[in-house]
Amino acid sequence: MSVYNERDFHEDDFLYAHESGKKIIDKSYKATSYLKDVLSNFKRNKGAIIGFVIIVIVILMAFIGPSMNEHTYKSIIHGHECLTPRIPFLEKLGIFDGSYHGQNYYAAKGASDYYYWFGADTQGRDIWTRVWLGTRVSLVIAFSAVVIDICFGMVYGLISGFFGGIIDIVMQRIAEILNGIPTLVVVTLLGLVLPAGMVSIIFALMITGWIPMERIARAQVMKVKEQEYVLASRTLGASRLSIIFQEILPNIFGQVIITSMLSIPSAIFLEAYLSFLGLGVPAPLASLGSLVSDGYKSMTTFPHILAVPVVIMSLLMLSFNLFADGLRDAFDPKQLNK
Amino acid sequence: MKKYISKRILVSIATLLFILLVLFILMDLMPGSPFNDEKLSEAQIAVLYTKYGLDKPVAVRFFLYIKNMLSGDLGVSYSINKNFAISQMVKERLGISILVGAMAMGFGTVFGLILGIVSALKHNSWIDNFCSAISVIGVSVPSYVCAMLLAYFIAFKFKLFPILYNKSMPIFSLILPALALSVSPMANIARFTRSEMIDVLSSDYISLVQSMGIKDYKMIITHAMRNTLIPVITVMGPILINLLTGSSVIEKIFGIPGIGSLMINGIQQNDYNVTIACAFVYSVMYIIMMLIVDILYGVIDPRIRISKEEN
Amino acid sequence: METVKKEKKDRVLSIRNLNISFKTAYGVVKAIRGVRLDLFKGETIAIVGESGSGKSVTVKTILGILDSNGIIDDGSIIFNYTDENGEKQSVDLVQMSQKEIRYQFCGKRIAMVFQDPMTSLDPTMTVGKQIMQPMIYHLNLSKKEAKLKAIELLDEVGIDQPEKRFKQYPHELSGGMRQRVVIAIALSCNPEILICDEPTTALDVTIQAKILELIKSIQKKNNISVIYITHDLGVVAKVADYVAVMYAGRIIEKGNINEIFYDPRHPYTWGLLSSMPDTDTKSRRLFTIPGSPPNLLEKIKGDAFAVRNPYALNIDFKEEPPMYDVGGQHRVASWLCDPRAPKAEIPVDLKERIEKMKKEATVYE
Repeated sequence: MSVYNERDFHEDDFLYAHESGKKIIDKSYKATSYLKDVLSNFKRNKGAIIGFVIIVIVILMAFIGPSMNEHTYKSIIHGHECLTPRIPFLEKLGIFDGSYHGQNYYAAKGASDYYYWFGADTQGRDIWTRVWLGTRVSLVIAFSAVVIDICFGMVYGLISGFFGGIIDIVMQRIAEILNGIPTLVVVTLLGLVLPAGMVSIIFALMITGWIPMERIARAQVMKVKEQEYVLASRTLGASRLSIIFQEILPNIFGQVIITSMLSIPSAIFLEAYLSFLGLGVPAPLASLGSLVSDGYKSMTTFPHILAVPVVIMSLLMLSFNLFADGLRDAFDPKQLNK
Repeated sequence: MKKYISKRILVSIATLLFILLVLFILMDLMPGSPFNDEKLSEAQIAVLYTKYGLDKPVAVRFFLYIKNMLSGDLGVSYSINKNFAISQMVKERLGISILVGAMAMGFGTVFGLILGIVSALKHNSWIDNFCSAISVIGVSVPSYVCAMLLAYFIAFKFKLFPILYNKSMPIFSLILPALALSVSPMANIARFTRSEMIDVLSSDYISLVQSMGIKDYKMIITHAMRNTLIPVITVMGPILINLLTGSSVIEKIFGIPGIGSLMINGIQQNDYNVTIACAFVYSVMYIIMMLIVDILYGVIDPRIRISKEEN
Repeated sequence: METVKKEKKDRVLSIRNLNISFKTAYGVVKAIRGVRLDLFKGETIAIVGESGSGKSVTVKTILGILDSNGIIDDGSIIFNYTDENGEKQSVDLVQMSQKEIRYQFCGKRIAMVFQDPMTSLDPTMTVGKQIMQPMIYHLNLSKKEAKLKAIELLDEVGIDQPEKRFKQYPHELSGGMRQRVVIAIALSCNPEILICDEPTTALDVTIQAKILELIKSIQKKNNISVIYITHDLGVVAKVADYVAVMYAGRIIEKGNINEIFYDPRHPYTWGLLSSMPDTDTKSRRLFTIPGSPPNLLEKIKGDAFAVRNPYALNIDFKEEPPMYDVGGQHRVASWLCDPRAPKAEIPVDLKERIEKMKKEATVYE
């Protein structure tokens, strides 16, 4: 039967463990909080981390970039038009030394003392400064539009869902109809009618972006409305407002963040589209979109004017998408339970 | 099912009317529109009065406006082509825009589906990561940037395709713009197909089919595809719509005489009639496409088809 | 309940020393740690255990639908069957890839009834087509023949108006009916082994009994061997000939149904039996086994159940107990069965209950 007769057994092996005063500790799974789980899930996604890092870097540069050299965004130095990038240390290596088709135009134009890190545009303005300023403008526009969308959308959804009945039906119909209008059309028409400037652009962008938010908010309200503890709170006399804040907001937090992160690239895109049509920010202010639009005109002759804003804009949009994807996966309940 | 369709149609009509209302208001507000331009001659003003009933109350004017727009009379161009009927301009250009759009959608759907399915089947392998990377880039890089890149590298530097639209070889010169336009829908469809298919492949009914010994490829074709495609179709609607957003700029870049470039011209030359007319045309196309997608969805998903009947 | 007389040549499945682990983001989880089990023709085995005990993993391996991050570290699963020519074949499933097992055996010789009938059927395909599919595929029937047989099967599993149901979609059927459809699909190609993974957990209590009876009658008719995966001892009492109790990836007690219910030896089994609610339960509190199953990411020293075991011996924390033969078909993996161990007594409540069960059984015999 058992081979274990041959094994060396201890004297007290066959005594009850609890009699020998042995402490029995039940080591099970480490309990972690919800947020910790989400965070660890997020960290596993390399793309999302890269996205996040890039976003942080770009935002940082948008703040400090424009002041980093001696040029301002509208300083024009005649004669310096279309100079190619020239970076102090790298030029010794033979790249970014301001040469263009083999010739060094810096010397020719009497600009040997100047450095244009990303080159100069068709009017002699420093691209480095302008591009980081443009980034700042684009980001401000995008973030403002998204924040307004969140606020408006959430409030709309909360009201619609909470009160229900005819209010809900009417509000939903309105949202459905507004949803049926192509964003392009709305944005273009608003761009035509409103005076040029950042505020108008923000307004145009936020007009349709609130709808996904209100859907999320409303769905959550409906879900929570059914649940009994809300009933319990009401019978205890808790005001409706506190019910809303305590029960509903924490649950939609994740989804709202994800949706808004995803809306930012579309906001940047739409703003760029408006700029391309000539309905963007007025000169001499710059946005990523207007820089791209300007650069396009010299695409075949001086590609660097186009390349810089294109790269940064694409990088930004890419990073937000990666980050938002990572967030979405991190909050995904299927992956949280592992 | 009938209830579902009729509801969708009603909402579409309401949306259309709403858009017309907005456009109507805009027409009223804009300086230089036919409604309140001082520079028109007597004869022109008389014509406008009869057409739009400018001396009648607002409601009647609105009604006449709707009647005109819906019957195809989109007004006259103001500055692009003075007094030229816009509907004529639109008619000439509609075909090309639809052609580019269709080609782009075709490329986008086919490649998108392939990318998505392959990614899902080889879930978590290097193929998956590679395809996902392409998708993310495709979604992030705006279509006109792609257009510019393609125009610069392929058309300008390598001279493989013509850089501008050429009437003598319509399809060939549209390939590059259609490709540029297809990047975004392709990426979106790929991502969505991938995530839907991964969900489907890990579902219980697929496990059941597998446990009955059905070979994998047959399982994919018979079961996985159908369940994946149904939600993908619902996403196609908005994707088609986003196609519109990019198409105008692409038309401009490649010199394609379509509705998009007409609208851009209208904006840049302050020809409000043209802009509004184009906006209207786009809206109509959008609404029709959404309606088709919604109805299609109702037909394909048996859960909607049958449960509605039992109601 | 009669115990089935077993003969060595009727052995259908023979699992020896099965070890399976999973690669997860948090490390390697040893899910199955040395399982030994036999299945005989016409017999019904119940594998019982808590969630995470490894019962589902074991059968998934037999079917070839083990998750892709699962690795069979060691062991063998010998499958004995009669092929189309009437010859006896014997194959080790562990040596085959999961895909091969599926293509060669699933549907034809081994079939499974899944747990949740609401998600087990393809929502976009009619019920009839889903039953026909494996028959056309494996048995090469024509569409007409398959349709006839499918309607026959629908009738056999107790679905009314089979011709009408044939054309319906899964969402038009209730949970109980869907589960019958799943059973019909599983039986469509006359398998030799039927595996039921908690087939009644998702159903109403009233439907549960009917489904269990259905499976039993079909089993008798076609002489199929059935493996039930369950955590519900009530189900076990109704259907099983032989029971294997799993904990933390090991079988800790196994035997025929009488041995397990009337003479349980392992403290975990005592806990399980005690936690079955009874209409006569005298104590007001429901008995539960304190603590929770161990984290299989970490290497387990000694007996996995020791931590929660009020009858644990010191050696339970040092060394894993071997399987002791306590008579008949009864095997127990507990140091308490060693001659040197103190005589552990079944808890009083449980003893009384068992006495009551024995008395009731004699009444019905």
